Amino acid sequence: MAHYELTLPVTEEATRRLRINDTVTLQQRLFGIRDATQIALFDRDRATRFDLRGHAVIHTAPNVKKVPTSTEHPTGYAPICIGTTTSMRMERFTEPLLRQLGVRIIVGKGGLGAASLAAFRELGGVYLAIIGGTAALETTWIEAIEDVDLDDLNPESLWQFRIRDFGPLLVAMDSHGGSLYDAVDHAARNRRDAALAALNVRR
Amino acid sequence: MTLRIDPARVENAAKDLYIRALKMLPPDIKRGFDALVARETDKTAQSVLGVMVKNIAVAEKTDNLLCQDTGIPIYNVTIGRNVVVDGVALKAAIRRGCERATREHPLRSSIVHPLTRHNEHTSCGEGVPVIHIDFSDAFDGMRIEMIPKGSGSENNSWLRMAIPAEGVEAIKRFVIDCVLDAGGKTCPPTIVGVGVGGTADVCVHLAKRAATRPLGTHCADPEGAALETELSEAVNLLGVGPQGLGGDATAFAVHVELAATHITMNPVAVNMQCHSARRASALFTETGVAYGY
Repeated sequence: MAHYELTLPVTEEATRRLRINDTVTLQQRLFGIRDATQIALFDRDRATRFDLRGHAVIHTAPNVKKVPTSTEHPTGYAPICIGTTTSMRMERFTEPLLRQLGVRIIVGKGGLGAASLAAFRELGGVYLAIIGGTAALETTWIEAIEDVDLDDLNPESLWQFRIRDFGPLLVAMDSHGGSLYDAVDHAARNRRDAALAALNVRR
Repeated sequence: MTLRIDPARVENAAKDLYIRALKMLPPDIKRGFDALVARETDKTAQSVLGVMVKNIAVAEKTDNLLCQDTGIPIYNVTIGRNVVVDGVALKAAIRRGCERATREHPLRSSIVHPLTRHNEHTSCGEGVPVIHIDFSDAFDGMRIEMIPKGSGSENNSWLRMAIPAEGVEAIKRFVIDCVLDAGGKTCPPTIVGVGVGGTADVCVHLAKRAATRPLGTHCADPEGAALETELSEAVNLLGVGPQGLGGDATAFAVHVELAATHITMNPVAVNMQCHSARRASALFTETGVAYGY
């Protein structure tokens, strides 16, 4: 178990160095992305002007407030509360995120599935686990909303955040087939019988 | 003396309640966290719980939302004795308050048309906010409880129309299996709400009521209360843990709500309240409006 400070963008080599149970703190840049954003990018072939190669994306649709544009808020949006949503809904988009857009790190809540794990292995990616429901804390890790694309999908736009000391986050899925979610699910299902026995359920 | 409910006050309360609920975690939930932290044996789980507890403090210190999901707004109205209220105006006022909270704070509107996915940015839409109205002879005045129900948990809701021949065992097995299927997707530790009996829709509603009941309360029915105790212990033997990353703290508790059902039916529903178990209430009496949880 090691801790890494990663400044985005990162290389494939740096990504493949990470193993489940390591922790990571991200620096500099993070892109916010969600269901509608990915439906637009991958199902409707919309393009983004952002270069996501080597970058980290986080599953989010932030609470923002419209403000006059300034150096502090160049997009005309000020962050109010930025948290992380359930990743599993967006399972099928992991592969194109990595293959088509070159994303290396997905930050999310609750984990991803087998197809994502395979994509991480083949293409070099990892999943970092946000503690869901801790948006007040997470918001303090985001310094500014630097840019926004596909904003007609607001709040599910493609957001560019400037981040500082984002984490520490647990590596929950790595590029070597490791998944904490699989391990926990497997162990929990093995305890099903014991739980049912405690309830006097015989069958 | 009769209390005439002023729709303008209801509108303000509906607005204030949404914002309060999103920012201030009820004390029973905080005590729930203390209990889970005290008995957690897994290191990762201890760390995860620690982040959740730290977030509560940061939310209070920065006057910010605990979780970014503003949820589906639910208002549960209980009309007590000696109240005169225009029901239509009441519902309209709640709806306006919900929209004002969204526009004025502002809050992310998480509400869209189910087919077009169009977001009006008001947290309102057809049938939303969800407004339930019931009556009570236990107090004078009117109470409004506001629950912003997070969708991570809501998206993992289940109904099973079991048959009487399967017995209570079917209910217990179903709860265990739902907790396993949910894994980390419902942001454990959760309050696992179990609905038993009723019609299909009543059963699911009972599960919601159970999930959103304060911690430390019990099913009024003694059989239901016994089931709560048994299931609360059993669920925490599974080791799903906080955020589905392993550990003891899978659930704060299992709550059960029940209703009579048909002789051929044995329905059971499960709905979970995530660890951001948000809830705020306003009590309207002659002395004014008092806020609480």
